[in-house]
Amino acid sequence: MSAPLLQVNDLKKHFPVRGGLFSRKSNWVYAVDGVSFEVERGETLSLVGESGCGKSTVGRAILRLFDITAGQVVLDGQRIDDLSPGGLRSMRRRVQVVFQDPFSSLNPRMRVRDILAEPIRNFGLAKSAAELDAKVAALVDTVRLPRDALGRRPHEFSGGQRQRIGIARALAAEPELIVCDEAVSALDVSVKAQIVNLLQDLQREFGLALLFISHDLAVVEHMTHRVAVMYLGKIVEMAGRQQIFTAPRHPYTKALLSAVPVPEPGAIRNPIILKGDVPSPINPPSGCRFHTRCPFVFDRCRTEEPELRSTEDGQWVACHLKALPEAPGPAH
Amino acid sequence: MALLEVDNLQTHFRTPEGINRAVDGVSFHVDEGETLAIVGESGCGKSVTSMSLMRLIAEPPGRIAGSIRFQGKELLQLSEREMRAIRGNDISMIFQEPMTSLNPVLTVGRQIGETLRMHQGLDKQGAEARAIEMLTLVGIPEPVRRVREYPHQLSGGMRQRVMIAMALACNPKLLIADEPTTALDVTIQAQILQLMLGLKRRVGAAIVLITHDLGVVAEIAERVMVMYAGRKVEEAPVTELFRSPRHPYTQGLLGAVPKLGSSLTGAARRLAEIPGQVPSLKGRIEGCVFAGRCSLATDLCRQVAPGLEEKGPRHIAACHYARKEAAAA
Repeated sequence: MSAPLLQVNDLKKHFPVRGGLFSRKSNWVYAVDGVSFEVERGETLSLVGESGCGKSTVGRAILRLFDITAGQVVLDGQRIDDLSPGGLRSMRRRVQVVFQDPFSSLNPRMRVRDILAEPIRNFGLAKSAAELDAKVAALVDTVRLPRDALGRRPHEFSGGQRQRIGIARALAAEPELIVCDEAVSALDVSVKAQIVNLLQDLQREFGLALLFISHDLAVVEHMTHRVAVMYLGKIVEMAGRQQIFTAPRHPYTKALLSAVPVPEPGAIRNPIILKGDVPSPINPPSGCRFHTRCPFVFDRCRTEEPELRSTEDGQWVACHLKALPEAPGPAH
Repeated sequence: MALLEVDNLQTHFRTPEGINRAVDGVSFHVDEGETLAIVGESGCGKSVTSMSLMRLIAEPPGRIAGSIRFQGKELLQLSEREMRAIRGNDISMIFQEPMTSLNPVLTVGRQIGETLRMHQGLDKQGAEARAIEMLTLVGIPEPVRRVREYPHQLSGGMRQRVMIAMALACNPKLLIADEPTTALDVTIQAQILQLMLGLKRRVGAAIVLITHDLGVVAEIAERVMVMYAGRKVEEAPVTELFRSPRHPYTQGLLGAVPKLGSSLTGAARRLAEIPGQVPSLKGRIEGCVFAGRCSLATDLCRQVAPGLEEKGPRHIAACHYARKEAAAA
């Protein structure tokens, strides 16, 4: 078996917090603190978690939008976290991104034609002007926008159509991996369904790998292959779609799933209501980071940090408990 | 008599490109102690409807017509001064974004106390004592310390709790909650929904819940009204609506929502799409507002706007073909 497309080993990203006199570095935000995972070719791995868990920071670290603090990012067997700016160019073609907000991630002064032609020209993917035009036109068809969209500017489109432009721009570079950072979160229900379906079709058509960063668990369950659940800068559980959604092993995953309102009135649910808020990543709790909110906390959790270990059925869990007590109700 | 009766509400805005008919002839009622959810996507007019109820629409460029009767009193004929006596006292509101709807330079206690001092004539000490009581009620730990804090010192969930405390301080008869949990994380959303349900039982206020999240609707609403492009297209009790939606838009909306538990049924399936986009509200729409995206649409739909017809017990929908569709299904 060949190496996975993307390998992330013990990734850390700490941001300095400046404050006090002369803006001295006074503290660190431990945004991502030791995260490892792999993404196979043609696979969707979803990073889920609540605001501040570090999921977007992981995505940005892979895109090299900033330098990482520690760890390795390996694309197709080659380390990319320490590449020179020149070396980064070819990696940038292979890893593209679709952002959450289609309003602020498209240049309002450019026509759609130029937005899509730029990456093709940049990476020298077209040999002639005619080929460039043909590629741009094909992209517009691929994301199911009308051909006359090419001459228009982003403000003339609705949110869903702009997200299609953003996806087309990512595809223009002919990438192998697309990082979707909350790519459907800002969209309305009916439009969201259109974009989710489009992403699934494109994945099948081009064999794309997707790193799907989202807080919307129902969308994730619908389209992912594997899921990594993050909490305060760490992965607490990672497993296949069905394992995570039907038999979560970590108390946080279980609580997260049970908190999602189900569009079915009168459904019998027994949500685990977590107490309090997510602690600050500036000063994360000792031991297990979830211990301040965990319904099953015991002494060991407060002092000793549980490792992410694999269970016999290939599920990765970071919890001292061997099995979850039945107490606060089922996840579904 | 219902607590709130809205009849043919029309809220239009004058824009350089023409008149925007944000809400175009919407009628509904809310009974005492009842929870009515208004659902729809961006631009369907649900938020403008809620702002109109409170008369928070700037006139001009906006213009509210029709009738809004609260406890039999016509709100649209009240002076601004009379309206102020109702806002925050009889009808109060929770907004989506607690950070922008709280005043950053005043303490939380002062903001909760303001309504009490204005409407109930409490003095400074009395208002603070009641503010602490309200913070305790909405489950904020250490209320005595928190009451002296500023909004930026609180987390998102706590700020929303403060908003709820503020809205309930004067024991309103009607609470309008405009996307109260949309900006919150799911675990915090679960806390806030549980809080709202608990408080509703204790305080007995009627709630108008504005949301796009059908999960939240199923969780706390009793009756649901679906809006599309400024009009009401369907209304029914919550179980009835989810079980047998009659309007093609409602059916499309329910089909487009991915539901948890999809991995139990095996491989991923495609979500139902509603093709196309919401029509522009500038300029009058002839016929049914949904005709452009509807698979059942005929020439009749494009020419004649369907009226709201009874399709079942307490179940109305605005569609020429709705009954046929339900029978076929």
